[in-house]
Amino acid sequence: MSNVKKRLFKEKVAKVCMQLAGITITGSLFFIVGTILYKGAPYLTWEMISETPKGGFYIGKDGGILNAILGSLYLATVSTALATAIGVPISIYLNVYVKAGSFLERFSKLLFDVLFGIPSIVYGAIAFSLMVWMGIRASLLGGIITITLLTIPIVVRTIDELLKTVPVDLKNITFSLGATQWETAKMFLRYIKPGIFTAILLAFGRAIGDVAGVLLTTGFSDNLPKYIDEPSATLPLAIFFQLSSPIPEVQGRAYASALILTFIILIIVICTHLLASRQQKHKI
Amino acid sequence: MNWRLIKDKLVERSFSLLLFSSLIVIALILTGLIVKSVPLVQAEHLGKILTESVWSPLKGSFGFLPFIMGTIWVTLISLIIAVPLCVLASVYLVEYAGDALRSMVLPLVNVLAAIPPVLYGVWGVLFVVPLLGQFVGPLFGVETTGYTVFAGGVVLAVMIFPIMISIMVEVLQTIPQELKNASLSLGATKWETVTKVILIKAKPGLLAAVVLGISRAFGETVAVLMVCGNIPQIPKSFFDAGYPLPALIANNFGEMMSIPLYDSALMFAALLLFVIIFGFNLLSRIILNKLEAKAS
Amino acid sequence: MHASTSIQTAETQDLINLSTPHIQIKDLNVTIEGKRILKDINLSIPNNSITSIIGPSGCGKTTLLKTLNRLVDDTKGVEITGSVLVNGEDIYAKDAEVTHIRKKMGLLSQKPFPLPMSIFDNIAYGPRIHGERNKEVLKQIVERQLRNVGLWEEVKDRLESSASRLSIGQQQRLCLARGLAVQPEIILGDESTSALDPISTQTIENLLVELKKDYTIVLVTHILRQARRVSDHIIFVYAGEVVEFGRTEDVLLNPQNEITKQYVKGFIS
Repeated sequence: MSNVKKRLFKEKVAKVCMQLAGITITGSLFFIVGTILYKGAPYLTWEMISETPKGGFYIGKDGGILNAILGSLYLATVSTALATAIGVPISIYLNVYVKAGSFLERFSKLLFDVLFGIPSIVYGAIAFSLMVWMGIRASLLGGIITITLLTIPIVVRTIDELLKTVPVDLKNITFSLGATQWETAKMFLRYIKPGIFTAILLAFGRAIGDVAGVLLTTGFSDNLPKYIDEPSATLPLAIFFQLSSPIPEVQGRAYASALILTFIILIIVICTHLLASRQQKHKI
Repeated sequence: MNWRLIKDKLVERSFSLLLFSSLIVIALILTGLIVKSVPLVQAEHLGKILTESVWSPLKGSFGFLPFIMGTIWVTLISLIIAVPLCVLASVYLVEYAGDALRSMVLPLVNVLAAIPPVLYGVWGVLFVVPLLGQFVGPLFGVETTGYTVFAGGVVLAVMIFPIMISIMVEVLQTIPQELKNASLSLGATKWETVTKVILIKAKPGLLAAVVLGISRAFGETVAVLMVCGNIPQIPKSFFDAGYPLPALIANNFGEMMSIPLYDSALMFAALLLFVIIFGFNLLSRIILNKLEAKAS
Repeated sequence: MHASTSIQTAETQDLINLSTPHIQIKDLNVTIEGKRILKDINLSIPNNSITSIIGPSGCGKTTLLKTLNRLVDDTKGVEITGSVLVNGEDIYAKDAEVTHIRKKMGLLSQKPFPLPMSIFDNIAYGPRIHGERNKEVLKQIVERQLRNVGLWEEVKDRLESSASRLSIGQQQRLCLARGLAVQPEIILGDESTSALDPISTQTIENLLVELKKDYTIVLVTHILRQARRVSDHIIFVYAGEVVEFGRTEDVLLNPQNEITKQYVKGFIS
């Protein structure tokens, strides 16, 4: 019987270990968000979100981070729109037009899967060299191009996952009614419509949070972004640059930027979650 | 010809154009990386670049070993922390937890995935670095600022939790109930069934998850850069500063223009990252696709 | 339909009264997510014979089998009342130890599920987890059980190769041997031949008939001819209730209940 007792004891120990592991992992989320909230909340004032930094972002003690907020919103919105405009058709093409199981289909899908994991610093480095070669300086445009390249694989992959959920019968039915491929594709799009918003939100989240890509291509500026060929501030870089400043007020701007970025990300996550659950209800 | 058919053809043409131009862009990226790296490889022997440990661009010596070792150190530390935790947690979620708990935890893990790297970096600077410098270091009798490969590893570990958990959970869910029943009906406890049957059956998939974790850790730039010290040396312990490859690119790109071969060296670093990560991702995707085909 | 309408022939009653049965089920009710799957089951399963549970699909026959070794515990939203006595011990009692109960019963599932390890380790798996470490003893167990199921000659030269390389019929016999290696008293079969070819099916059936002198065997099957070929007793389950229980000939040739009659004749399936 002692053997049985030992085995049951092991079972209990293992269970406790697993619970601890789970708590550590989920706990780390609250820990990270909590740390940022704790540090950032005192600095989150109206001045912070309504003004640009005064006297230089690295040394000036006054002003806020409006330049970075606007820069990030511009950058992420335009890149996401471009990536959607390019990524959705590619996905549709691969799933409706290209023969299932063909080399082109499998090769392209695998490639986008793999590209999904390529770090943004590599995209940034390439875009930077390209810009040097073409004589473009660091600018909003450079950032948009880089981030668009970065987000296309995300859009393609997410939409592809969605299209997999479309019943095969739907394709057969629309074809047998005499529909063209494009008409069938529109049917598919209607079927996955709520999911497309999820994909867009995901891409937007990734675009607004990326830092390695914009570090080399977008530069930084104390002014509000006005022209696409001028450098622009972004939230991630506002955090990155200002955090290392020796001046507490400037560090404060970094914390506030981190908090705002966290808010934006959390809003996106909540929206995707709501969309996803609504979609599921819709299906049943 | 019918307008409908013309429209169909037009759409097909433009969509395929998008696909092929994006494939071409990918090919161009790779070519660009290679072309830009060539001058360095021509000037120095490839083997020497990879094994030389002196990095001094002004004197024309480009030894990548410190950076490669820095990357390997932070990646390994993150795996040592993250792999056991993720395996345990995923097994718990799939085999022990109820639906309610699972549908609460998995979305939270997704939130973790959505947090941008720079915020992990902020957390690392505000919490992990001081913790290591003020508590853990002294505990081991080491004098350290906290800006170490250890800090990089901890931050990376948290960053690779989501990708590993989500794939491991998916893999574990494909293990047939009957196989578990076979073990349980022989009188095995649940934990015995987990270690002796489920984990063994799930090994390829779990491996794929770990490989994806590795490639994520390999390429992570800013969060690691913020916490691991950035001194071009070969780390000898957990409490040494390190300088991973992506950080090298990020820190030096702006100022490379005037020094000969410098830009080529940095592009070579990017090429290394690209190739290694591409390889890892390809490997794990192939494993996962095979498993998926088997499961359906 | 009421549980009380279940008919037990006089002969069966006598047989059951002769010796204490290995398995007795008393007032068993199983509810899964609010749906009653099994209703007021009362049964005594005769020792050293083969009892087949038959009935239309979805009637609860597999659930009934799974309640016998508590595999039903893992089902989502399951509630169980009543008791199942194995050797007079209630396996649903609060202090019942589930691994101990399951050890007493070998399970042969629908499809063979060899564990992801070698042929040898598949058989040695059970004895090992129950504390047998001696290599020689394990070797003996493996050989004896493989001989028991007639697999020894076929695999004795490749005991270390992976079990998944065996043919599906061989795999099912391996699974049977694996179950026997923990020295159970009862064998439970859940449509154990449904994935097999006719020849392998026959091999398994013959094995079961041979094994019944040492074991009490309970099979779930939806093939009436198989029930007729191998079993001594038949339990007919319909909509979660035991409708009829008796000797094979009696239930199949001379059913007492109208629904049983229709099922046996093939009007309902």
